[in-house]
Amino acid sequence: MTVSNTSLRRRTFLGVGLAAAGSTLSCAPVPSGGVWRFFTPIQARTVDAICAQIIPADQDPGAREAGAVHFIDLQLSKRFKRHRAAYLRGIAWVNNASSSRFGKPFAELAGEQQIEILNLTEEKEPAFFELVLAHTRQGFYGDPRHGGNRNRASWKMLGLPYPPVRGREHYKV
Amino acid sequence: MMALAPANAVVIGAGAGGGVVAKQLAAAGMRVVLLERGRWYSAADCRKDDLYNQRTQVLGARFGPDEERDPRVALDGEGREMVVRPSEGGYSNNAACVGGGTFSYGAMAWRFQEKDFRMRTTYGAVEGSTLDDWPIGYSDLEPFYEKAEWELGVSGDVSNDPFKAPRGRGLPMPPLPPAKEHQVLETAARRLGLHPFHIPMLRNTVPYNGRPACMRCRWCVGFACELSARTGTHNTVIPAALSTGNCELRTGCMTKEILLDAQGRATGVAYFDANGRLQEQPAGLVIVCAGAIESARLLLNTKHKLFPTGLGNRYDWVGRNLQSHSYSGATGLFDFETYDDLGPGASIAICDYNHGNPGLAGGAMLANEFIRLPYQFMGQVPPWIPRWGAEHKEFVRHAYRRTIQVQGPVQEMPLFDARMQLDPRVKDYWGIPVARLSGGRHPHTIEIGRFIAGKAEAWLKAAGAVQTWKRAPGNSLSGGQHQAGTCRMGSDPKTSVVDRDCRIHDVDNVYVIDASVHPTNGGFNPVLTIFANAYRAAGILAKRVRA
Repeated sequence: MTVSNTSLRRRTFLGVGLAAAGSTLSCAPVPSGGVWRFFTPIQARTVDAICAQIIPADQDPGAREAGAVHFIDLQLSKRFKRHRAAYLRGIAWVNNASSSRFGKPFAELAGEQQIEILNLTEEKEPAFFELVLAHTRQGFYGDPRHGGNRNRASWKMLGLPYPPVRGREHYKV
Repeated sequence: MMALAPANAVVIGAGAGGGVVAKQLAAAGMRVVLLERGRWYSAADCRKDDLYNQRTQVLGARFGPDEERDPRVALDGEGREMVVRPSEGGYSNNAACVGGGTFSYGAMAWRFQEKDFRMRTTYGAVEGSTLDDWPIGYSDLEPFYEKAEWELGVSGDVSNDPFKAPRGRGLPMPPLPPAKEHQVLETAARRLGLHPFHIPMLRNTVPYNGRPACMRCRWCVGFACELSARTGTHNTVIPAALSTGNCELRTGCMTKEILLDAQGRATGVAYFDANGRLQEQPAGLVIVCAGAIESARLLLNTKHKLFPTGLGNRYDWVGRNLQSHSYSGATGLFDFETYDDLGPGASIAICDYNHGNPGLAGGAMLANEFIRLPYQFMGQVPPWIPRWGAEHKEFVRHAYRRTIQVQGPVQEMPLFDARMQLDPRVKDYWGIPVARLSGGRHPHTIEIGRFIAGKAEAWLKAAGAVQTWKRAPGNSLSGGQHQAGTCRMGSDPKTSVVDRDCRIHDVDNVYVIDASVHPTNGGFNPVLTIFANAYRAAGILAKRVRA
């Protein structure tokens, strides 16, 4: 798949995503308006942009549309407290690298530039990259009750039947 | 400190071994105190949460040990040490709760084969390994395997397994109807000349012992069973022990040390109760059933002028030979849907490669894997797919419902230097020195793992997989749920910790009855062997007390 094809598909999706977000806002587990528990709005914007590259939107929502950054923010305020320092350092590193190479913070870069910076992060700051990679996957594929996977986006993508407990439907006890 | 009423026996750990022992002794009329550091969860604690459970442990180990209170120290291959929490890699976690691992496990109920008890005789010495025979054989355990299968309840059908050891009786429950993966793999196995059959499982497939049949949901391994259809000690022998009126279960109780008199004989245990108060429980017998790492830790934390390096550790064998299983196998991608959303998933196995593999000292049973949740599928994406970006997502979307994983628990070559010790600095919440884990895997274990992975791959290819990728073990320390070996059972006190009756060589009233005593751990999930040995050892113990 070519880069231009990817970004075209992403742009196409964003319109759909915004419309969908409007209709599901009321049942989202975390307000998407910006009540951050740990991140500053600028940090959240950086992480959100990282998530959006790790699992991009295509015909299905990506990690951004599924609110993976909300999962990360929420968990950094409880279960992932021990990772706070790593995030602060990692976010600063990513933005510094973006500024020195392209003269803008990460969130403002074009998609191909962001991918370049993330490749660099994977190579130079592997510990932070592994962390945000794992957490993005958790925030996209994991249970919505933890702040991510909004509207069960990934489960729908995989055709996983809902509700999650349906044993009795298959098998009469 | 309040003086507690003396017991005939104190049992430490309400897991697989401790549950059976407590029930057998209580039923024999002994007064038993069963100490468990974790809680007693119920089916109502079965929250379907793919990030917070005993399997993925992303947000913690759902059924213990406690994230904050129970650290360990792990050394990596380069000797770097790290303090690790229960949910972190290198911790070697097994659940800490009533039922222990059996509360949230997958529940495969394997008997070991005859050769699994005679590894040294079968294969000779393996350089660099402490590979040895058990001091007991399969025939010593056979009646107790049967007792475990019928008293706890095992389903499945092993009649088509030509490699099984002789058995007196079949299984009490039939297998579940075959799901899609089972059908695909069964046809292929027969075409390859292999001998597939239904995995024996500690899972009700028809109502049994007052509990209902499995409803086949997708929340199995790592979760509580909401129907209590899956069988562990928490819903069988432990309630039975309590109903005798002779057994008292105390949860939230962390045992500190075994108390010894001047002659070195046990008089009971000291433990911290659920309120953090130090208590002394006098007892005529002390039976350690805390799992391979914690049982060895308790012995090493029991210091005495006669045993300055820890109880049972005169010849420096306590905590050594830590082993588990080196899971090896392959995943296959199919051009049709294999996912049918029917738990528990794992259902079909072959034992064609447990023994008799040319040039190899053992092998493994091979079976299809348990049903997977989306986040778990991350671990099954093949190495040639980029780890992030559009291509990774596209692969997950395409492959999630079109893959089958086949793997097996490769029997390991025990290593003297794969071990738990006490950490000289780090202490737990109660101030007790924690386990320090170090060592790796024997090269021959890795070699067997590669062979087994190749056989899994061949099976998947025969089943029509369009792409396959293998998983073989690395050289890091093995442990986790199947942890074993740290208090070896043997006849020679110089090369083992307990005798064939599971009694510590040095002291006549302290026993270890869990997988710690396994000299080798079979090419199978070990729980039914833990059960069978616990029935056997508890029987000997009860007879000895009566005499």
